[in-house]
Amino acid sequence: MTLAANPLDTLGQPLKRKEDPRFITGTGRYLDDITLPGMTHLVVLRSPYAHARIRSINTSVAKTMPGVVAVYTGADTAEVNPLPCAWAAGGVENHLDTPRILTPDVARWTGDAVAAVVAETRAQAVDAAAAIDVDYEPLPVVVNAEEALKPGAPQLHENAPSNIEAQWSCGDAAGTAQAIGSAEVVVRQRIVNQRLIPNPMETRGSIGSFDAGTGEYTVWMTSQAPHVMRLLITAFVLGIPEHKMRCISPDVGGGFGSKIFLYHDMPLVAWISKQLGRPVKFVETRSENYQATTHGRDHITDIEVAGSRDGVITGLRVKTIANMGAYLSTIAPGIPTTLYGRLLSGAYRFPNIFCEVTNVYTNTAMVDAYRGAGRPEATYVVERAIDLFADEIGMDPAEVRRRNFIPPDAFPYDPKVLTGPTGLTLKYDSGNYAPALDRALEMAGYADQATAKAEAASRGKLLGFGLSSYIEICGVAPSKWIGLPGEGWGAGLWESANIRVHLTGKVVVTTGSQNHGQGHETTMAQIVGARLGIPVEDVLVEHSDTSGTPFGYGTYGSRSGAVGGIAAYNAAEKVRDKAKRLAAHMLEANPEDMEYDDGTAFVRGSPDRAKTIAEIALAASVGYDLPAGMEPFLDETAYYDPPNCTYPFGTHVAMVEVDRETGHVDLVRYIGVDDVGKKINPLVVDGQLHGGIAQGVGQALWEGAVYDDSGQLLSGTMMDYALPRASRLPSFELDETVTPSPVNPLGIKGAGEAGTIGSAAAVVNAVVDALSDFGIRHIDMPLTDQTVWRAMRVAEAGGAGGDVRGAAEGRA
Amino acid sequence: MIPAAFSYTRPASLAEALSLLAGASDGTKVINGGQSLLPLLKLRVAEVDRLIDIGRLGELQGIRPGADGGLVIGGAVPYTAVLASPLVAERCPLLAETIADIGDVQVRNRGTLGGSVAHADPASDLPAAMLALDASFVTRSSAGERVVAADGFFHGAFETDLRPDELLMELRIPGLAAGTGTAYRRLAQPASGYSLVGVAAVVRTDAGRVVDARVGITGVGEVAYRARAVETALLGGSSVADAAAHAADGQVVASDIHADAEYRGAMAVVFTRRAIEAATVRAG
Repeated sequence: MTLAANPLDTLGQPLKRKEDPRFITGTGRYLDDITLPGMTHLVVLRSPYAHARIRSINTSVAKTMPGVVAVYTGADTAEVNPLPCAWAAGGVENHLDTPRILTPDVARWTGDAVAAVVAETRAQAVDAAAAIDVDYEPLPVVVNAEEALKPGAPQLHENAPSNIEAQWSCGDAAGTAQAIGSAEVVVRQRIVNQRLIPNPMETRGSIGSFDAGTGEYTVWMTSQAPHVMRLLITAFVLGIPEHKMRCISPDVGGGFGSKIFLYHDMPLVAWISKQLGRPVKFVETRSENYQATTHGRDHITDIEVAGSRDGVITGLRVKTIANMGAYLSTIAPGIPTTLYGRLLSGAYRFPNIFCEVTNVYTNTAMVDAYRGAGRPEATYVVERAIDLFADEIGMDPAEVRRRNFIPPDAFPYDPKVLTGPTGLTLKYDSGNYAPALDRALEMAGYADQATAKAEAASRGKLLGFGLSSYIEICGVAPSKWIGLPGEGWGAGLWESANIRVHLTGKVVVTTGSQNHGQGHETTMAQIVGARLGIPVEDVLVEHSDTSGTPFGYGTYGSRSGAVGGIAAYNAAEKVRDKAKRLAAHMLEANPEDMEYDDGTAFVRGSPDRAKTIAEIALAASVGYDLPAGMEPFLDETAYYDPPNCTYPFGTHVAMVEVDRETGHVDLVRYIGVDDVGKKINPLVVDGQLHGGIAQGVGQALWEGAVYDDSGQLLSGTMMDYALPRASRLPSFELDETVTPSPVNPLGIKGAGEAGTIGSAAAVVNAVVDALSDFGIRHIDMPLTDQTVWRAMRVAEAGGAGGDVRGAAEGRA
Repeated sequence: MIPAAFSYTRPASLAEALSLLAGASDGTKVINGGQSLLPLLKLRVAEVDRLIDIGRLGELQGIRPGADGGLVIGGAVPYTAVLASPLVAERCPLLAETIADIGDVQVRNRGTLGGSVAHADPASDLPAAMLALDASFVTRSSAGERVVAADGFFHGAFETDLRPDELLMELRIPGLAAGTGTAYRRLAQPASGYSLVGVAAVVRTDAGRVVDARVGITGVGEVAYRARAVETALLGGSSVADAAAHAADGQVVASDIHADAEYRGAMAVVFTRRAIEAATVRAG
């Protein structure tokens, strides 16, 4: 990577992250590092039953245990409102059921909170929780969403008949039916997108502190969206004035979506701290994180893809059952609807698409956004559909992709399914899909795959190539599209930034976005530093504290760069404008003649008539001599609501070797050619891509949350839930194409989720390709050794129709 | 992840340890590395009143040459020390091969051979190798010393011949005769790293013919076992593939969310064949 001629212009430079020294030297300050004077510890007793009526709770022994300060049950917190659901499925009837901070009567999954124990130490609270005697009346359990829809299935909520939360659709039902009815070829397949556990490195936690003197609460939280949490806790749950609470996310060790949401412990610690007049800390264990923090995915989908034998796809019909879990998490209904159905055109010019989604309650942990959030599920459907179709017509799947790509001259492209109830049409901003495909195929040696496969076969291995030409929707906004009248999101989705240039020329940027590993402290500093011509070291980025940062909706949906970053850019533009006006005054020049570049405001054509930003900041700060009407200080705030989302894309190629005897899949090469538009910091982008790819590979090969029929989580620890490990992954081979986004002035699109969105389908397509000699056309994830082995054995035993975990089928 | 309260004692001498054990209650448990025990305690799957930590007792340390060309390894020797030992590499490469990727570096630094054998997890690797190597274990209590063959030591899942008042002092591994090859082959469960199937093979050949074979298998049955049907078939002149087909004979094959009985049984056959083939090649 070459350095820019101007060292101040760090945009696009692979700077090492400013925050990393504290993270990698153990000096970060995470929630559990915080100890307040007089702090107590909260442990939550969770239901051991997935569905049970609580007949009685006897806390008398627990209350007498050493160190116990208080024990609360649902009866004590009956005054507290249920948690809100902030995103109902757009434009349709929703049957909303959300958890309470302690469940008063019925436990609906094995993580449901039954009682809260507060003690002087965490160990004392754990012991006391074990001494609480709850009399449960077990109720019938259903964990599978399809089963939950059947007549006679156990019912979770009175207001949700047949356990249906909402039924939603998008696209053209009649046109798609017509396309399928008249098609030369129709391929049908059931595809299960299994339930996943997000697994951030740091588990969740919260600390509540109430100041009786001021009547103000402070809540520390491991949240991706502290401003939103303050709003929800105060106005919706506790019914207290919003300004009487300060919410702070300290350093947060990852979230992958699971820390966007409001969890019961967050209002609970605030409520308890007021009851007791003492601070209280809650930190979940890893087992508790698995049990009670949100999960992701969990779709059962039937697809029909129609087209002609020349490789042109004419219709895609998708019917999905989405498992919501026992209640709705904060934005759960929007994930399998807006963020899923509206992406089903993928990178392709499908003339007809129709998608129906049924959101269903079951006796399982709540399901909500997990890295990619709906978009990996959609991409998986589309990219599997392409391969299934290619297999059916006997065409190279790369060629089928090429024949159906949206051509570069069709942008901005209207995929129709993006248009929601308001009729507001969003269009793909920019794209040129074939070059990324071509480059990925070239890197993979795709043209000569026969040779590679023969070489592998000589070693007894089955080599497969798998493609995924994904797109994603990043920078999720604009408010008028996603908001209540449209997609049902109960707020806006703009972002904010404030820039203050202090007297000494040092800059403090505050952002409403939230950094939990993405590198905001570096990339926001690069944006502002480059625009103002100030060294990155002189720019401090502050975030994640509702006191001192402007309101923001938080970090998720690959939106901190494309929305939050542009807010910072716009605030910098305001600073530049004011600096130019002040410099004009200092130079006795016409403000209209001023330019700003490299940290200097100068008179156009006379670069020696100039003032540096430091000189201007000093003048603005002391305020001795300002132009008439100008306020002192360089302090500018911008709120940015983009006109459109951004639409990154790329092609990934996975190469796998399958052991014919054991079913073991070895990912031998992984190639990604991604187009995320322009990059603020390519090192940060690569880091995001690497992590994202690993997570998608994890879903494809290893991960899966497994409940038994009684609702017990069998994959309840890291000993039973297999995460991707570096030792099982090859070095990723990455390249790029760059198609700037016209949506924003930096031309950036977003990269936080791209890897996850693209990779699962590539790996599964590769395994299915490796198994093509068996006539296997689909296997459901995760492709564990056993699953792949069984698919081969079933195919050998008789070929067609073998049912491997629901879905491996021989060619009919 | 906080265990229920227990007391902890680290005796200063072997004599003290044995006397503590002699009068110990049922709730007393020996800790020797703790890499299996502590997670059970933290998850509150197991509870103890008292832990007696023998990890630092000098009498349980050391890797020494055995008189018969084999090895004597102290019960509290950690995996890392075994992996670093030139003596082990020379005299018993199977041992190093078996434990090379147990857990992770931290687990191998703390976990001990004696601890693993005494814990007898049905999926742990070491028992398979101990069986195939025809190892024996020296145990001691205040009443005296016993030498127990590995074959017969493992009674069931988490159950061994070790008595509550005994410590596992030494692992004795006989020397390998000339013309002997060894190999360990396993299929790891991707989350825990424990073996879904682990097969240790010790094969002696003479002029290309198998004249001695011992096969130990872990992960498949209730506890690690000697696959005698495989051994008998091999010695009887069966092909390796035919012999390996008997890998799970007589076992109630385990089934869980990672591998059902059908798959485990099939993999026992595959990995038994692979281990024997590799050992045979190494036998020369």
